[in-house]
Amino acid sequence: MEENKRTCLYDKHVALGAKISPFGGFDMPIEYSSIKDEHMAVRHAAGIFDVSHMGEIFVSGADAEKFVNHIFTNDVTDMPYGKILYGIMCYPDGGSVDDLLVYRMHGDKYLLVVNAANIDKDEAWIRENSKGFNVDIRNESDVYGQVAVQGPEAEEKVERLLKLDVKELAFYTFKEINTEGETIIVSRTGYTGEDGFEIYGSHAYINRVWDILVGSGEVAPCGLGCRDTLRFEVALPLYGHELSPEISPLMAGLGIFVKLDKEEFIGKEALLEQKTNGVAKKVVGIELNDKAIPRNGYPVEVNGEEIGTVTTGYHGLSVDKSIAMALIDARYAALGTEVEIRIRKKTFPGTVVKKKFYNKNYKK
Amino acid sequence: MSTVKEGYKYAETHEWVKVEGDIALIGISDYAQHELGDVVYVDFPEEGDEITKGEEFGAVESTKAASDLIAPVSGTVVAINGSLDDAPELINEDPYANWMIKVQLTDASELDDLMDADAYKAFCGE
Repeated sequence: MEENKRTCLYDKHVALGAKISPFGGFDMPIEYSSIKDEHMAVRHAAGIFDVSHMGEIFVSGADAEKFVNHIFTNDVTDMPYGKILYGIMCYPDGGSVDDLLVYRMHGDKYLLVVNAANIDKDEAWIRENSKGFNVDIRNESDVYGQVAVQGPEAEEKVERLLKLDVKELAFYTFKEINTEGETIIVSRTGYTGEDGFEIYGSHAYINRVWDILVGSGEVAPCGLGCRDTLRFEVALPLYGHELSPEISPLMAGLGIFVKLDKEEFIGKEALLEQKTNGVAKKVVGIELNDKAIPRNGYPVEVNGEEIGTVTTGYHGLSVDKSIAMALIDARYAALGTEVEIRIRKKTFPGTVVKKKFYNKNYKK
Repeated sequence: MSTVKEGYKYAETHEWVKVEGDIALIGISDYAQHELGDVVYVDFPEEGDEITKGEEFGAVESTKAASDLIAPVSGTVVAINGSLDDAPELINEDPYANWMIKVQLTDASELDDLMDADAYKAFCGE
């Protein structure tokens, strides 16, 4: 077994008494105090997450726009500097390589922010598909540290405590700021359904940001445990659960990030076919009538026949119910369909519902 | 650091047993509740069910994971603690006062296989 990597903030997590578990090849903090308290801090005040495990891959060169359009489902044509797009990299069969953010930098440069567990796979995929394109690909994942500051009070905390001017940043835009002898990137993005920012900088800078915000006592350190409960409640997909080589973005309900009118991109034909003929499986929401908790991998059944599996499930923290996202046979995906989830030895009745269990609170 | 209470017997799977006559109360240790985090659900057996030492008799769920409950002794379930249905967080607040089930013991000698407080403390590395 290869040893897990550690982020530049690892020692801070240990000092705070965090429970540490492996995630995406890194030893990451899961919770500091309690998932519920951290979840509520982000919903109602502000929290900070170490997301330094995320990957940063830069693509630049004369063909950069054309190339990013080739590997990405969203459309980067004529994207202005400072804009960010969410989208997916697909295999030719429409399955997902990864979901990612694309930042339009100055000149002919793009920053691709990818999932930690997929950094090596993505880099290989990007290089492999770059033949014939005049592009330069640089994986700088080990250079950057990254934190996410999230919650309704995030803007005020970042402005006052970090002295960064972010009020004017619109949702899904970023700016580069020269501070402390380096250029950092601040974007109005996140993975919680709340307003907030993601800050990219050197390991030293990110350590200072952490110390200032956590040291102030006004921003709660938050682990990956609540990052998952937060993103789940607002139905944001997690790669490996709601997206995978077997789950296309259309099955996951992410059609608005797939621009089928683009001239070409890897997976376009397969996704067009899925769009035209309908997908065989869909990611849906399921609400249980019982407090038992549906977990990843538990079977979903109709009349004793397995029609799919749970991809993520929790006892909701903002909504006091047992809820799940599940990948099921599309024939049963209509809202209101009665299904059962097998939890250990018993099955529990539930209903197909909208998979967004909590409304996003973005500042747009 | 977690608390280990005297007068209880402990299993390696972190359940405790407290004996009152021929009835055994079963719960989980402070170490276990701390490892689990916020408990949100207890999946109980039913009254009248037989449980067998070393086998799963239910589960306790926290926000992040489900964990099987392993029977520290064998017996017949004579009561379940219904107050945990409405307030599973009581297990976090006081894991020793809040038993999960009461069992009529089949074989009291099974208690000898369990650890006392000192042995369990050492087992947890504290």
